Amino acid sequence: MRNIVSFVAGIIFSIGLTISGMVNPFKVKGFLDILGNWDYSLAFVMGGAVIFNLVAFNIVLNKKPLLSESYFLPKKFKADRNLILGAFLFGVGWGLVGVCPGPALVNAVTLNGDVFIFIFSMIIGMILFNIFVKRPSPSKR
Amino acid sequence: MNNIIAPTIGGALIGLSSTILLFGIGRISGISGIFGSLITTFNKENTWRVAWVLGLLVGGAIMLSLYPHYFDYEFSFSKTKLIIAGLLVGFGTRLGSGCTSGHGVCGLGRRSMRSLVAVITFMASGIVVVAIENLLK
Repeated sequence: MRNIVSFVAGIIFSIGLTISGMVNPFKVKGFLDILGNWDYSLAFVMGGAVIFNLVAFNIVLNKKPLLSESYFLPKKFKADRNLILGAFLFGVGWGLVGVCPGPALVNAVTLNGDVFIFIFSMIIGMILFNIFVKRPSPSKR
Repeated sequence: MNNIIAPTIGGALIGLSSTILLFGIGRISGISGIFGSLITTFNKENTWRVAWVLGLLVGGAIMLSLYPHYFDYEFSFSKTKLIIAGLLVGFGTRLGSGCTSGHGVCGLGRRSMRSLVAVITFMASGIVVVAIENLLK
């Protein structure tokens, strides 16, 4: 049952990414081009999602999850050096090609070779993190 | 108007999806975390992650077959750029504990200070990279 819920959530997420235009790397690059020819439309994606969650999360987090004993939420509250450095590096990669991890995976369904080069490199980057920096036992989270 | 309506509906669906995952199984919809854990650790706890990523791919396939115009662009970059960007996105999201979905959609939804700092940081570096790229054109 937990897996079915997860599967359905994945489908809805993917439909949202596609309808919103987030899967199109050139739209994302246009959105990041604030200092030039700015395409503001994607601001409404983040806006729509965050406003929805500000209301929905607030309601849901006061209850127990339906199919789990408790919520798995990040325990850190303060920004640290790794957070800022990591977010900075991610932003540089995001700006270069205009895809973040979700849209990269959704784009895989087009079977475009360039998408797979990106995803493969992303996987290598994640493995490099695990080899060189890995936090204590993320597998238990 | 379509410039605003489609992104807002898409965003609301993304919010709905992350609320379903949170209320259903207590998990945050952070794609870099879900995918990263999936490829670097192998245990039973990963089955919901496999199911989620499968859903993401199935959803994409459904959209591509029903509404191919959403994918009407040429995803084409130099190999060097793809590799550098991929490495940075993979390493950076893991080091920074999240990406646009985990920090942006969910973290801001939870009013997390860490996520707000992360979102401002990756937006800023993305904006600077695009601006530099345009200057060099």
